[in-house]
Amino acid sequence: MAKKLLLQHVNVPGIETLEVYRQHGGYASVEKALKTMAPNDVVEEVKKSGLRGRGGAGFPTGMKWSFLAKPEGVARYLVCNADESEPGTFKDRYLMEKTPHSLIEGMITSSFALGARTSYIYIRGEYFYVSRILEKAIEEAYAAGYLGENILGSGFSHDCYVQVGGGAYICGEETALLESLEGKRGNPRIKPPFPAIAGLYGCPTVVNNVETIAAVCPIINMGGDEYAKIGIGRSTGTKLISASGHINKPGVYEIELGLPVEEFIYSEEYCGGIINGRQLKAVVPGGSSVPVLPAHLILKTDKGEPRLMSYESLSDGGFATGSMLGSGGFIVYDETTSIVKNLYTFARFYHHESCGQCSPCREGTGWMEKILHRIVEGHGKPSDIDLLWDVQRKIEGNTICPLGDAAAWPVAAAIRHFRAEFEEYINHPERIKDVKHYYSVHQLAEA
Amino acid sequence: MAKVTIDGHNIEVPDGTTILQAARMIVDSKGYEGENIAPPTMCYYSKLKTSGGYCRTCIVKVTKGSEKDPRPMPKPVASCRTTVMDGMEVVNITSPEVLEARKGVVEFLLINHPLDCPICDQAGECHLQDLGYEHGLAKTRYDFKRRTFNMIDIGPFIKLHMTRCIMCFRCIKVADQLTNHRYQGMIFRGDASEISTYISKAIDNDFSGNVIDVCPVGALTDKTFRFKSRVWFTKPMDAHRNCTKCCGKVAIWLKGNEVLRVTARKNRWGEVDEWICNECRFEKKDATDWVIEKPTHIDRHSVISANHYESLASLKLDIGKQQKQLNKK
Repeated sequence: MAKKLLLQHVNVPGIETLEVYRQHGGYASVEKALKTMAPNDVVEEVKKSGLRGRGGAGFPTGMKWSFLAKPEGVARYLVCNADESEPGTFKDRYLMEKTPHSLIEGMITSSFALGARTSYIYIRGEYFYVSRILEKAIEEAYAAGYLGENILGSGFSHDCYVQVGGGAYICGEETALLESLEGKRGNPRIKPPFPAIAGLYGCPTVVNNVETIAAVCPIINMGGDEYAKIGIGRSTGTKLISASGHINKPGVYEIELGLPVEEFIYSEEYCGGIINGRQLKAVVPGGSSVPVLPAHLILKTDKGEPRLMSYESLSDGGFATGSMLGSGGFIVYDETTSIVKNLYTFARFYHHESCGQCSPCREGTGWMEKILHRIVEGHGKPSDIDLLWDVQRKIEGNTICPLGDAAAWPVAAAIRHFRAEFEEYINHPERIKDVKHYYSVHQLAEA
Repeated sequence: MAKVTIDGHNIEVPDGTTILQAARMIVDSKGYEGENIAPPTMCYYSKLKTSGGYCRTCIVKVTKGSEKDPRPMPKPVASCRTTVMDGMEVVNITSPEVLEARKGVVEFLLINHPLDCPICDQAGECHLQDLGYEHGLAKTRYDFKRRTFNMIDIGPFIKLHMTRCIMCFRCIKVADQLTNHRYQGMIFRGDASEISTYISKAIDNDFSGNVIDVCPVGALTDKTFRFKSRVWFTKPMDAHRNCTKCCGKVAIWLKGNEVLRVTARKNRWGEVDEWICNECRFEKKDATDWVIEKPTHIDRHSVISANHYESLASLKLDIGKQQKQLNKK
């Protein structure tokens, strides 16, 4: 049985209440940090642990924290990014729904480390019921004295608020999130300045993912060095993976980083193999924005080594033969999947979610969707593949925020690895017409 | 002070200067010779705070970050929003990569822009025309339906033609920074987004007319001038009057003795020198209202200047050059 740090007690009845959570060792990190450690010691422990941001980019959290500007007399903020909108990712919802107190605990400990008097949890509008759960947990924490004035007699005071967003994908980008939190339209800011210098209300701010903040608790409890022993290389600790697609057991799994991808897909402990014994066709390993990889490249790297679930191994080979761990949205496609139709769905999503500030993303995402729509409908032209390739290349890297890259990468990867499928759509539209590419779960069960 | 090199030209500029401003300083010090090393801009406006960064036409590549940290920047950066560091090296027109990316941006800007230049009042002084001519492709690869909107009246003097808008946000910044209350903003998102005065509320402000001057395309036009004349058939003259609200220094555009329109004076980068009020702009349409100083000098090689005041010899030279190039192809 693999080591579990975040989802250890999910199945304990009543774990969402403070009482049961405390019986299972909850709030130990708050007591340890506030009573025995200085704020800088907490930052040092997180640095030692090698924890990397779980939201997608994988930036070392300790380093991010140490970049926080600390001018005298200016408030600092911690903001938790719970605007989990990446297609294929649903780990934060599971964590907040099941053990809301682990997030609150992490918020208090992290705020203590950063010296933040106030923190915000920005949660997407679709998770309204989760925001209720969190608000209840915060209420309990106030009643038990973990939040409010002079927590546990340490002299540290802290307030935590939940803010529900309107449910826009772009508000998951940290500066757009801050704009939205300030009550403005959720448009990404132009960087620099980075939030660590001028973030929320112009004050130094740290924005972290839900899972990152929750992972601070075990780090403080067990010590940074001990945490760094879990995992492989620079990918330390455990990671929540949202597994979905054509697998027998979709769901959220906590894995130790460094687990072989093959074991993750086929072992009974995790995904349990491909549904109905079909063949694996491709995998998107980190949420819809990261490049798709065909079966032979996801199980083994280009060098022939087994591919592991870690930041380094999944990006081995660059984008030519690799992908990214991203936010851990592991989408598995079996052999009946149409990559072209799937890509059209993604392109439609990015077109819909583009904020409209900078021209390459605003115009390019719509253009890509229209071209893909034409191909899927069977009216594609032979030149469309090269045109798509060229459009995505001109979006990538030329935009204000990473949404442009996120829209471009899946298109590039699909063309790179599955060009033949695009050609079939364009050259033989009559064949595509009669093929049912998407099987529902029920159809598969009957077959 | 910071030393910066752009396309091989060196200049020393104060700290906090952006790459774009530094490039413009080089051009100012060298005259016409190096004009194209200044990146083109569609959304940046030096007189509007927080403008720039949206259109991405001014992207450049930083090949050396600074003296302290010589690493190149991984992605192209928007030169209008990136400040220079000491020892920074930047490539603009000497980098094929930048030119290629810029071509892409121009194509993106043009895919939803109607090519109605023959009936557009901005034609002849349109920044998008210049940009397309200098950096774009001759042919579009976009063969879908372009987006269209209905025209909106913003008050009695301004017409908003959203179909032509390229979302540069300049007019929003004018409304934000020049007027007391914010009346203008962006609604919807992605390629469906549009500039709007909330519920078509008219901008009732003495300086609202400046949105026409900052608009790089023909999206915001002067209703008192619409369809009166092509700009190159009018003669721009610097003129002034005693105005209680603004500086009163304007350019009037004459056809015969008739004042067809009044605009603010613009510098070589197409930016206004000083904002003018609506009274000067819309109501003083009589030549006797103004003290005419001299013909306006239009610095860029625009059709307007070529028609009137620039030497015909240089114009012929230009045509000769272009013909040679065409013959080569």
